Amino acid sequence: MAEFKKADSMLEWFDQRLGVVNFAKVMMTEYWIPKNINFLWAMGVLLTVLFTFLLVSGIFLLMYYKPDAAMAFDSVNYTIMQEVAYGWLFRHIHAVGASVVFLVIYIHMFTGIYYGSYKKGREMIWISGMLLFVLFSAEGFSGYMLPWGQMSYWAAYVITEIFGGIPVIGDELVVWIRGNFYVADSTLTRFFMLHVLLIPLAILGAIVFHFYSLRFPHVNNEDGEFFDFDEEAEKYLAGNKKESKVVPFWPVFLSKDFFVLGFFMLFFFYLVFFHYSFAMDPINFDKADGLKTPAHIYPEWYFLWSYEVLRGWFFEIAGISGKDLGLMAFGFANIIFVLLPWLDRSPMVKPANQRPYFKYWFWLMMADLMVLTEFGKLPPTGPNAWVGFWASLVFLVLFIALPFITKAEAKKVEGK
Amino acid sequence: MMDESRRGFIGKAFGAVAAVGGIASLIAMKKTWDPLPSVMSAGFTTVDVSGLEANKLEVVVWRGKPVFILKYTADMKPTDGRSVKIGENYFSVMIGLCTHLGCIPGYEGDKKLFKCACHGGEYSADGKQTFGPPPRPLDIPPFKLDGVTLVLGEEGPEYKKMTAKA
Repeated sequence: MAEFKKADSMLEWFDQRLGVVNFAKVMMTEYWIPKNINFLWAMGVLLTVLFTFLLVSGIFLLMYYKPDAAMAFDSVNYTIMQEVAYGWLFRHIHAVGASVVFLVIYIHMFTGIYYGSYKKGREMIWISGMLLFVLFSAEGFSGYMLPWGQMSYWAAYVITEIFGGIPVIGDELVVWIRGNFYVADSTLTRFFMLHVLLIPLAILGAIVFHFYSLRFPHVNNEDGEFFDFDEEAEKYLAGNKKESKVVPFWPVFLSKDFFVLGFFMLFFFYLVFFHYSFAMDPINFDKADGLKTPAHIYPEWYFLWSYEVLRGWFFEIAGISGKDLGLMAFGFANIIFVLLPWLDRSPMVKPANQRPYFKYWFWLMMADLMVLTEFGKLPPTGPNAWVGFWASLVFLVLFIALPFITKAEAKKVEGK
Repeated sequence: MMDESRRGFIGKAFGAVAAVGGIASLIAMKKTWDPLPSVMSAGFTTVDVSGLEANKLEVVVWRGKPVFILKYTADMKPTDGRSVKIGENYFSVMIGLCTHLGCIPGYEGDKKLFKCACHGGEYSADGKQTFGPPPRPLDIPPFKLDGVTLVLGEEGPEYKKMTAKA
């Protein structure tokens, strides 16, 4: 056994056994963040805090929730909402948190796209982030099923039905996923397991990996500038704090993040206390009934754009049915963002507005996503169906065109 | 290329054991998610149609969906590809979900038609859409005939003949 001296302080005692002094340096006081950033760089910490809120409120809900098709609805709407002291608060935090977490994820993601923080060494940050997006989507979907209301039931029905479009094994796969021929008790219990254990575990792992993937390429900055972090860190440690381009994660970077977090929490709790209904669809306060479909089914707002890509294809083209075309477009929309580092052929790491062609692409994509989201909630009839079709088509074309647009941009910039 | 060392052998032996164990666990996990035997047997609904009254709608539940069984009166004409002859009588056997948006239509015996309250769709007694938004006739579930017993969930020769025509 290694030799231990008698420790003079508690800190030294822990340091001898766990190396806490070095650990704090590596993780906090000598983990360097660029100075040249703005409030959009605070979204990562916001998401970490929001995830913690969801975890804690979820633990409290879990104590009274009953994962059984006969009891789930009342355990949520009667026991938790009316009997448990502050049960309503935990439910509202959980429901509003689940919605707002997607808002911040989208801001985080589009900040990354706008500043080009997904390429030139930062590919793994982007991929692990997109993995988190997929996991959060699965977590949101499985959680939405648990209150066992009409929207829960029919969202589960429609989404599991999507897998039926997979050739050959589709029909059997749907039955396998549901554990029954329709959405039933077996479906509820297995999605309950996914929601409270397997997916949260995967999310925790993916968050650690996402943070780790930042360590080598480092955080991007407002101008996409590349510099030597070791050199800048030395300057900072030597006392030239003003000259150095970096600040330590703790306490300097986090103190600003906490300030942003303060504003965000005011907004968040305003929603929780006074404006929670946007996250609680009235139709979901009717108990699930497999023999009665609501007249109009739509997902939560954060899934509307991809839902509209799925729905946009409502007629046959070249012998392929609208349903299959929609499924193909939906599949495309769900994997295409992951490939962004390789679709962007321009080596420029700059904010989008400083890139001659990419800026048009970026704002067009944003506008298209907004149209898709807006029309995803409207009934797909008459002109709405055609807006959906064109917006869906524009989405596909934008991503197919991106390599060519960025290649042309690279040429133009080189030619200067 | 063979690695003759003892460590190489140990590595390969472990790899083989891990592969077999891994595949076996995956099979076990896949099967754990399969529908339970009770669910599979409930996937077939058996109905004795001999006691049914003519022009009175019988609704049975099959795989979580309502299934309409309607016995024809003597003056109702059977439709090729839609009406089922069981014993001496003709029947309509259809999934009772409106093909528009999945509501459950009601049967109006005096007019001999199905009417969907949600968006006003109407179907004739044999399930053909006659009015409103429904895009296609009511779906026919897979069935098998066993004397006067109707087995829903299994494809019998009568069902195959009907779908071949449609």
